Amino acid sequence: MATVESKAPASSGDLKIVKDATCTFCGCVCDDIDLTVENNHITKAQRACVLGKAWFLNHEIEDKPSCLVDGQPATLEEGYDRAAKILVAGKYPIIYGLSDSPSEAQRVAVSIADWLDGTIDTTTSVCHGPSGMAFQGVGEVTCTLGEVANRGDFIMFWGSNPAESHPRHFTKYSLMPKGMFLPNGRKDRTCVIVDVRKTKSAKAADIFLQIKPRKDFEALWTLRALAQDIELDANRVQKETGIELAVWQDLMERMKAAKFGAIFFGMGLTMTRGKHANSEALLALTRDMNSHTRFVAKPNRGHGNVTGADNVVAWRTGFPFGVNHNRGYPRFNPGEYTTSDTLANGEADCGMMIACDPMANFSQPAREHLGSIPYIALDAKETPTTRAAAVAFTVATYGINTGGTVYRMDDVPIPLRPAFESPHPSDLVVLENIEKRVKMLRGVQG
Amino acid sequence: MSDLIKIYGGSVYDPANGIHGEVRDLWIEGGKIVAQASDPSAPVNRTIDASGMVVMPGGIDMHCHIAGPKVNVARKMRPEEKRRAERVKRTAITHSGTMGSVPSTFATGYKYAGLGYTTAFDAAIPPLAARHAHEEFEDTPCLDKGFYVLMGNNHYLMKAIKDNEPQKLKAFVAWLLGSAKGFAPKLVNPGGVEVWKQKQAGNVHGIDSMVDHFDVTPRQIISQVSQAAEALRLPHPVHIHCNNLGMPGNWETTLESMKALEGRRGHITHIQFHSYGGGDGDENTFNSKVVPLAAYVNSHPNVTVDVGQVLFGETTSMTGDGPLGYFLSNVYGKKWFSGDTEMESGCGITPIKYKNKSLVHALQWAIGLEWYLLVEDPWRVVMSTDHPNGASFLAYPQIIRYLMDRTYRQDVLKTCHPLVGKRSTLADIDREYTLSEIAIITRAGPAKILGLKNKGHLGPGADADITVYTPHENKEIMFEMPRLVIKAGRVIVEEGEMRESPVGKTLYVAPEYDLELEPDIQDWFEKYYSIRWRNYPVDLSYMHDPEVVGMRS
Ligand code: SF4
Ligand SMILES: [Zn+2]
Repeated sequence: MATVESKAPASSGDLKIVKDATCTFCGCVCDDIDLTVENNHITKAQRACVLGKAWFLNHEIEDKPSCLVDGQPATLEEGYDRAAKILVAGKYPIIYGLSDSPSEAQRVAVSIADWLDGTIDTTTSVCHGPSGMAFQGVGEVTCTLGEVANRGDFIMFWGSNPAESHPRHFTKYSLMPKGMFLPNGRKDRTCVIVDVRKTKSAKAADIFLQIKPRKDFEALWTLRALAQDIELDANRVQKETGIELAVWQDLMERMKAAKFGAIFFGMGLTMTRGKHANSEALLALTRDMNSHTRFVAKPNRGHGNVTGADNVVAWRTGFPFGVNHNRGYPRFNPGEYTTSDTLANGEADCGMMIACDPMANFSQPAREHLGSIPYIALDAKETPTTRAAAVAFTVATYGINTGGTVYRMDDVPIPLRPAFESPHPSDLVVLENIEKRVKMLRGVQG
Repeated sequence: MSDLIKIYGGSVYDPANGIHGEVRDLWIEGGKIVAQASDPSAPVNRTIDASGMVVMPGGIDMHCHIAGPKVNVARKMRPEEKRRAERVKRTAITHSGTMGSVPSTFATGYKYAGLGYTTAFDAAIPPLAARHAHEEFEDTPCLDKGFYVLMGNNHYLMKAIKDNEPQKLKAFVAWLLGSAKGFAPKLVNPGGVEVWKQKQAGNVHGIDSMVDHFDVTPRQIISQVSQAAEALRLPHPVHIHCNNLGMPGNWETTLESMKALEGRRGHITHIQFHSYGGGDGDENTFNSKVVPLAAYVNSHPNVTVDVGQVLFGETTSMTGDGPLGYFLSNVYGKKWFSGDTEMESGCGITPIKYKNKSLVHALQWAIGLEWYLLVEDPWRVVMSTDHPNGASFLAYPQIIRYLMDRTYRQDVLKTCHPLVGKRSTLADIDREYTLSEIAIITRAGPAKILGLKNKGHLGPGADADITVYTPHENKEIMFEMPRLVIKAGRVIVEEGEMRESPVGKTLYVAPEYDLELEPDIQDWFEKYYSIRWRNYPVDLSYMHDPEVVGMRS
């Protein structure tokens, strides 16, 4: 199992520089951060954006016990024992979260779900799950971010606001870089932003199209029709999308004239009316465009390692999220085995929440049900979810205190270089200890 | 671990050591085959009576797609086929999993082991995603594993060729293999994938077409990389997926690709897909060109091939050949994935169904079988389905039956499209494989082609990877469920039941190169890649039980 410099050098009080550290705060997973570490404190995070700086510089080790059982300080061993007992006693255990853990820990979490005949789900089910399902319908034409940097002369953002959610997206990958086929960088690219509101990103665009709210699907189908030279009724297009047909036509001309187009889409598309039909339309449009020129699409994923979670769950179970093992083998059914559903429907009877906060984010019925069942929580900080947990582990922060592997939103796996050690265990260590006990209680020798 | 095991009374097929079915006893100690116990008084931990059984080295799949980004995308993309597929249930010693054409990692390991295979090589990993492949390998038990590193469309490589800098090229090939912890250089549609990245439906159309912007030809790439590999003395010099895969008339490209090796060692993979006559894309002209190609292979000992057998049924096509994926998705009209990796490679995935009533598909099936039967020297043709492209690796027992039983073969041929008999020579071939020859094309041969000294044979010092079969008239039944499978001296499967599931080793190469040439690579890298130079190489912590395979002497 990978442990790239996973032991951070012991703190010695003096100054230390960690070069090429990786920021896991957003899906950009920038791996070019130079950290200055003084007295177990990061004092400089060179090249990090505002969000990245906040992530590194505000990092404090929680002054809290590593383990609380029923709200009371307990030893780790007590915590591991209790956690395993809770999970093994349940008939419908659920494991959820995973998008802020390195893939090494994600792998152990999937094992635990397997040994328990339980359900494993990731935060993909509440953000880009619809893109995952759209992908299962039509496929995807895509590439790594370096391809966009080197070739992308037409860049479109749809329902995505990278200026705020992925601050270095423009400079590092999509708009500013001088690439192999774009020697003048930004000047060689056209940037189009489509959104239902004028976001902070809009000013980066050469063309900003503000479409009617909840009309992404109609807008995308307008472009699909134009890509195939189908005649459209100008009045209807304007009425449906809020944008004149001529504007769409001009856009399509530019798209066809591009050498290499890239469409990045966000939750503004996947979590609005239409959900996976929207993503499907966008992926299909991208595919259509490949009969004119080269075009790719890419969801702008959020959490640091949500892409790793998709990958790990998929390689171990065959499905990317929402996987149920109740019958002893993996089954996939979003809307049934996804956590918001197993909770809201009152099916789950125990659980483990890994670096996620359903107590803050889920629907009321889901939160109420979670509050009524025994569960384990792992997080680097205190959250509503850790507070209501039967067993709460305070874990070290990945990428700052511990190593491992993170998958960037384009599936490129990147190693972490931790800055200093935490007194708390990593989520990997906690999960391994719980797995050991679960296996013993379930009679597993594998 | 120093378990002492004795296997006695079996008919041993160890063609690498000239043993063809003689009754021999085998001794295993410390996971290796030994001539006899080092301490004759030591207690034997296990005695296995193999009387009446057939004993072979563990199988080696030298070309399959079992790990990494492309395979995993295919898993995510195809939930529908898993619902109908066999279920892999969790047991007290094994993980659960899913099947379909692209099984989950654990299921892949268990199923290979269940067939008596103990080593497998993934054939197409983009070095930028090498870490991912290694992570999956650790979750793919029962097999020793390695992978080939995609480099036939690598920008630095093409530039070094254009600039006529063989020393730089050699250093780069070595650096790249070492960074990825990979096993061999892989060329996929050399040059063509780069053109695909540059323009709509882009591709090279022959071995001498120029790659835009890089001004090199596929022929130069094949020739120069094979020279670099020879100079490095790599155990498996170069693994080539030729240009124009699947296209009518592509056999000439294939022939020219073999010639481009200029006598140097090289392996042409899934050659079935590259052996087609015809030319204008019309189905009527599609025919087999195995006869002239096999004649070339028969007279050129530097060339080895694996087949890429097609079998009828549904599967998933997955390839590092981006333009091919585009072509196939247009032919089949199914969902399509394409993923380009910066500076390095491409990828195409689409569901596919081979039908015996389709002339093209039935010919592909027949052409595959012709390859096994027309290459005279079994040491130079290897069994493969290019899993899952032609079919699943689970079809190997069926292929063995086709090769060992001409009546069965001819009966199936009769169910195919009637023109297959006219467009190929399969109906006229009487050859039947012997068990020794099967042992060669499934283990001894690939071990030799890969330069694996400790695999594919049962002499002292070999890894104790052994499969024991119960003979049966129907060879499909015989090879479908071995009596026993032993991996590194441990019994892992008995009559289809898993007994143990060790993780297995990672096999890789660590060629030396001129470090003074590294800064040039670094300059290029830092100019174009989206990740940092220091974060690119995979370190040993990613590998479970790594083993460096030595260079050829
Ligand atoms: S863009 Fe994202 S990954 Fe990069 S520094 Fe900012 S928050 Fe971190
Ligand atoms: Zn292949």
